[in-house]
Amino acid sequence: MSPGKDELARRIIPCLDVTEGRVVKGVQFVDLIDAGDPVEVAAAYNEQGADEVTFLDITASSDKREIILDVVRRTAETVFIPLTVGGGVRNLENIRDLLKAGADKVSINTAAVDRPEFVSEASKRFGSQCIVVAIDAKRTSGPDGSLAWEVYIHGGRTPTGIDVVQWAARMEEYGAGEFMLTSMDKDGTKDGYDIELTRTISDTVNIPIIASGGVGTLHHMYEGFVDGGASAVLAASIFHFKEYTVGEAKEYLQSRGVPMRL
Amino acid sequence: MNLSVHAKSPTVVVVDYGMGNLRSAQKGLEKAGVKAVITSDPAAVQSADAVVLPGVGAFQDCMANLAEAGLVAPVMGAIEQGKPFLGICLGMQLLMTISEEFGVHRGLDIIPGRVVRFDPDTRLKVPHMGWNRVHYSGDSRLFEGIEDGSFFYFVHSYYVAPEDGSVVCGWTDYGERFCSAIARDNLFATQFHPEKSHNHGLKVLQNFGRIVSECS
Repeated sequence: MSPGKDELARRIIPCLDVTEGRVVKGVQFVDLIDAGDPVEVAAAYNEQGADEVTFLDITASSDKREIILDVVRRTAETVFIPLTVGGGVRNLENIRDLLKAGADKVSINTAAVDRPEFVSEASKRFGSQCIVVAIDAKRTSGPDGSLAWEVYIHGGRTPTGIDVVQWAARMEEYGAGEFMLTSMDKDGTKDGYDIELTRTISDTVNIPIIASGGVGTLHHMYEGFVDGGASAVLAASIFHFKEYTVGEAKEYLQSRGVPMRL
Repeated sequence: MNLSVHAKSPTVVVVDYGMGNLRSAQKGLEKAGVKAVITSDPAAVQSADAVVLPGVGAFQDCMANLAEAGLVAPVMGAIEQGKPFLGICLGMQLLMTISEEFGVHRGLDIIPGRVVRFDPDTRLKVPHMGWNRVHYSGDSRLFEGIEDGSFFYFVHSYYVAPEDGSVVCGWTDYGERFCSAIARDNLFATQFHPEKSHNHGLKVLQNFGRIVSECS
């Protein structure tokens, strides 16, 4: 067809850590009946104009998966934007259950490192569009002393010795539809995303990157998109503790030339 | 005793052939005031007043699953009888003659055309994932009450290229200009996911529901 410009909006994705069906640490919205209920919080972000919502299930016990499925089911009844669920996704059955409950994408982290073929099986069975590979990356030195990043698993506790750039290339080849790229160095610092990491991976692969870890200001989001080449940014505390609304973030970014859905 | 006469509400089926998130499609229709049942029963599809064909995943698998479930004939039948039909994402692509995804595969050939991949030379990320604008052209019944150029949620690596441009009722820019919505009589299809496109998407489903009630 005829040539056209790129009108795709960049995405802002609030992320909720959920354990046993409750939002970890809660959120600070004045108008919520139950700020610990992920369904209600997701609905509030939906109203603010979030482009997607992500639940990260950190429930320790794997025999409590029914709880997150119930949360997903109830969310899908009220929230009509894409929903990603990560945490404890270990086999095809977990994915099927989540998609059937109403999730649109699942994110896979540790299970991909344990058995990379899981990602290709999952993308063949359910389509690349719903397979997000989550990569927890920590800075290290390459063999020649240059800047490199190492893949961590088990919620960032275990180093793997795997190089992030090589890992990302391999996961793209295996059918990942998107990367959620979290900087372990930046996570929790509010210093901004690891822009070099984001840019390096964005230039390596052709699938979208979600930048994660370290956002403290709206300018950090701008850097994630413009300098890092991210297609989406993930944010938690900056929204949960009402420093900014999603709408304010979007106004800020749009006014600086980043295309947003307003 | 209740003496009031109720018009039988039309039966809208969401075709379940083992592909994708049907719950959102059903709940989205419900939220838009359209009662819909999820079914994989060919007879239920056959007797429905309107058919919604969602779908995500690979084209070839979707066609194979649809055939295996005995759903090709009832879906084709519904369209041939002029019943309101809404194809979503892969459910749109299946209407074409052939797809070039992982080789060349035959589709339902209801709309002559091909399913092609985004040009890698544009250097844009594929899948085309996220919110993009839909610009209207021609038949705008699906978009009634929604501003031209509004955002809808997309996630796909291939798009449809119908031979007859007059069936295109919405187009979108992503490095190249592609067909993002189709309308031909009571046959509608969208590349984007109305059930994931917040208020604009729900409005599209509501508009489809209105078309269904007008036809029933």
